[in-house]
Amino acid sequence: MIRITVNGKPHELDVEPEMPLLWALRDELGLTGTKFGCGVAYCGACTVHVDGTPTRSCVTGVGDVDGAAITTIEGIAGRDGDGAPLLHRVQAAWIEAQVPQCGYCQSGMIMAAVALLDSNPNPSDAEIDEAIDNVCRCGTYQRIRKAIHLAAG
Amino acid sequence: MNRPFQTSRRRFLIGAAAGGGLIVGYQLLGRPAGAETFLDMTVAGEAPLNAWVRIAADGTVTVAVPRAEMGQGVYTGLAMLVAEELEADWASVRVEQAPIDGVYGNIEILVDGLPFLPEDDGMVAGSVRWMTRKVAGMLGLQATGGSTTLRDGWEGMRHAGAAAREMLISAGAGKLGVGRGECRAEKGRVVHPASGRSVGYGEVAEAARRVELSEEPRLKTPEQWTLIGTSPARVDIPAKVDGSAEFGIDIRRPDMLHAAIATSPVFGGTLKSYDATKAKAMSGVVKVVEAAGGVAVIADNTWRARQALDAVAIEWDSGENGTVTSESIFARFARDHDEGDIDTHRDDGDVEEALAGAATVVEAEYRVPYLAHACMEPMNCTALVDDHRAEIWTGNQAPPLMRMAAAEAADLDGDDVTVHTPFLGGGFGRRSETDLAFQATAIARQVPGRPVKLTWSREDDMRHDMYRPAALSRFRIGLDAAGAPVAWSNRIVSQSVVANFMGRLMPGAPMLLKDKTTAEGAFDRPYEFANQRVEHVVSETHVPVGFWRSVGHSLNAFCVESAMDEAAHAAKADPVAFRLALLKNHPRAARVLQTAADAAGWGTPLPAGRGRGVALHRSFGSTVAEIAEVTVRGDGTLKVDRVVCAVDCGRAVQPDGVVAQMESGIVYGMTAAFYGAIDIVDGAVAQGNFPDYEMLRLADMPVVETHIVESGEPLGGVGEPGTPPIAAALANAIFAATGNRIRTLPLQKAGFAPAGVA
Ligand code: FES
Ligand code: FES
Repeated sequence: MIRITVNGKPHELDVEPEMPLLWALRDELGLTGTKFGCGVAYCGACTVHVDGTPTRSCVTGVGDVDGAAITTIEGIAGRDGDGAPLLHRVQAAWIEAQVPQCGYCQSGMIMAAVALLDSNPNPSDAEIDEAIDNVCRCGTYQRIRKAIHLAAG
Repeated sequence: MNRPFQTSRRRFLIGAAAGGGLIVGYQLLGRPAGAETFLDMTVAGEAPLNAWVRIAADGTVTVAVPRAEMGQGVYTGLAMLVAEELEADWASVRVEQAPIDGVYGNIEILVDGLPFLPEDDGMVAGSVRWMTRKVAGMLGLQATGGSTTLRDGWEGMRHAGAAAREMLISAGAGKLGVGRGECRAEKGRVVHPASGRSVGYGEVAEAARRVELSEEPRLKTPEQWTLIGTSPARVDIPAKVDGSAEFGIDIRRPDMLHAAIATSPVFGGTLKSYDATKAKAMSGVVKVVEAAGGVAVIADNTWRARQALDAVAIEWDSGENGTVTSESIFARFARDHDEGDIDTHRDDGDVEEALAGAATVVEAEYRVPYLAHACMEPMNCTALVDDHRAEIWTGNQAPPLMRMAAAEAADLDGDDVTVHTPFLGGGFGRRSETDLAFQATAIARQVPGRPVKLTWSREDDMRHDMYRPAALSRFRIGLDAAGAPVAWSNRIVSQSVVANFMGRLMPGAPMLLKDKTTAEGAFDRPYEFANQRVEHVVSETHVPVGFWRSVGHSLNAFCVESAMDEAAHAAKADPVAFRLALLKNHPRAARVLQTAADAAGWGTPLPAGRGRGVALHRSFGSTVAEIAEVTVRGDGTLKVDRVVCAVDCGRAVQPDGVVAQMESGIVYGMTAAFYGAIDIVDGAVAQGNFPDYEMLRLADMPVVETHIVESGEPLGGVGEPGTPPIAAALANAIFAATGNRIRTLPLQKAGFAPAGVA
């Protein structure tokens, strides 16, 4: 039995330890915000945080994250006094800069950006280039850069 | 996969014709046909006013959008057209995917496909266009593509809003007990200015349903617009930042199973034998089945299905194409260039005589490879089949075609198939193909009553695409002693996209007109030459080709605008001035080019190793000029410093959306120009995943600066026109920086590619 905490909620998974975390999240736990794009750690669509570190869940076996705290796109918004979701400042910046087009890469992009800003609150363009190597097939890169600066601001 | 299509095809035609024409949908009451399906979707307390507009008691306006949202912002753009005329309060407008109905057919997509010049207003062109509009209306082909969504919706969606507005005003005046002529609509309310009283749309919507309009409602004039031309926040974006947006791959149904499928790596190959003993014993495996010419594993989890499929030992019969390579394909293109059947798309003046008399003749051959779409969301479809009906969920660009394919796979009538269209994680033409709908339904049929989600791997997606055609394009351009261009001759060789697409849908159906897409962007350039001839030779291979963002323009723009640059240099002319001289009768194109040149500082000196390249292209009713500025280092690695883009799309309905589409089209085209190549080896695709088919990333993203040139001309598309010019602009910039003329894409193969993260 593998135990992981996802967005603050504990789960027990009775699956093969080599099943990628991506498919455990999507098919076993029903959290479909994390996306499949390549399965080979290239595109970043599957990015989640494992104990705060941005991680490509398509090549991470669930067995390797036994006991870890996972955060997915569904778990980054805060809550206001009434329990209603409060957008994370990165999500708010994404809306302000009107970043997404098809939207498919954006969960991974946002998770990568949140991790970047957690470790570096005011990144330069070069630091953004270095940290965000996710693929956006719709070409929203220019707006992603703008939104990261907005969120840092 | 041999599809007996005769019966389904007939069913499709009859079924769609019964759907009725456009006007039927504007008013539902007292009219027999049209949009019944939209009525079915109405929830309690809502009043449907026509096929596009429903109003709830609290005033919420629901707009049915009959096109797919794949990132291009159509949910917002189309809803804006309705809301503008409806005088709705934008904050109360919701969007919903419309069901399949003839009333939602895309007419422009067929009209745009006709092999005529945009300027051709002659008898033949005019009457064929008119007939095509009629036929398109009857077919009700609900398709998203060809950058047609807003062009097609421009009249219809505004009329739908206007009709609903007039009905609401009548009902509101009745409720207020005043004359209809004394009222007007404003921000979701019917207002009686004389008394200052008003009533909300929600309160009179039910009564408005019973209003019969006696005359065609009048549309607002451009001066009266308050929404069109502004950039409200896109309606689809909030769901795309919190993980809640539902794409096809995210569909979850009770008792759902998952499937993976293997089909012949060599296109057209067949299944010889397979051994599934090991796979059947693996955890989570429910069934191993033959379907759609391949082998599929049905399991309880996407990953388990894939693992088990990998454990199935399969032997394929490659047939006669097992030795075909990209080299053998280009050798055939070269032969067919000289010996094949020629379609002449344009022939003005006397090209041969002009070339014979020219002082200089520039000759060049260009080659472009096959390209995969590589949508970010790998292809997938969920299907549920039982004895009497089928239901599919798939992000797609043509629901009626999906319904046809699913009906055929399940051996049902089209009427017994329901198609759901969630968000598309990219489309780019790929999601107008029906292969996934067919495969998923064929698999689900073998576990009746249980939904099955078929998910392709990235490798499946790369190796079983319908590709942008590879092509060879030769030019002979004549210049007189003063360097003025006197003749232009261009012959292109490639497969036919339309013949391939239609052949998949209706095997054996004849091609009635020559395929415009093969030569588009080559024969219909705005440039004027006294003597010019543009020809195309169709040369088929076993590699399936399809619609890829901007279709023929994607390849012809690179060849034509690079050759144009060669001619300018041979004439010792400035590339912008050379082009402007050929655009004397095309002020629209000239203005776009001049706008880009001014913004880019064209002509100002650059340091050594840097260069600017220009390209101008007209497609889908819009004209786009792009100027790329690059820095090339000694080792060939380069940086694209910036791209300046000017676009004339008539008028910009949502300007920020136009800018976003230009940025998007440019990145898509840059990725292809630098890296894109699908190579055929032993009859199959050599590339498998992104590491072999690289994508442009953030670190290599130039600043893109977009300038909208408003001409007030009829609306042009924006989803595709940004893509065609960029490859030539980049190649021309590399030439300016290094003196290297690159005539074969991708640029990386010639040694020029972005450096990546420093
Ligand atoms: S799906 Fe994990 S990196 Fe692409
Ligand atoms: S928004 Fe479509 S892939 Fe990034």
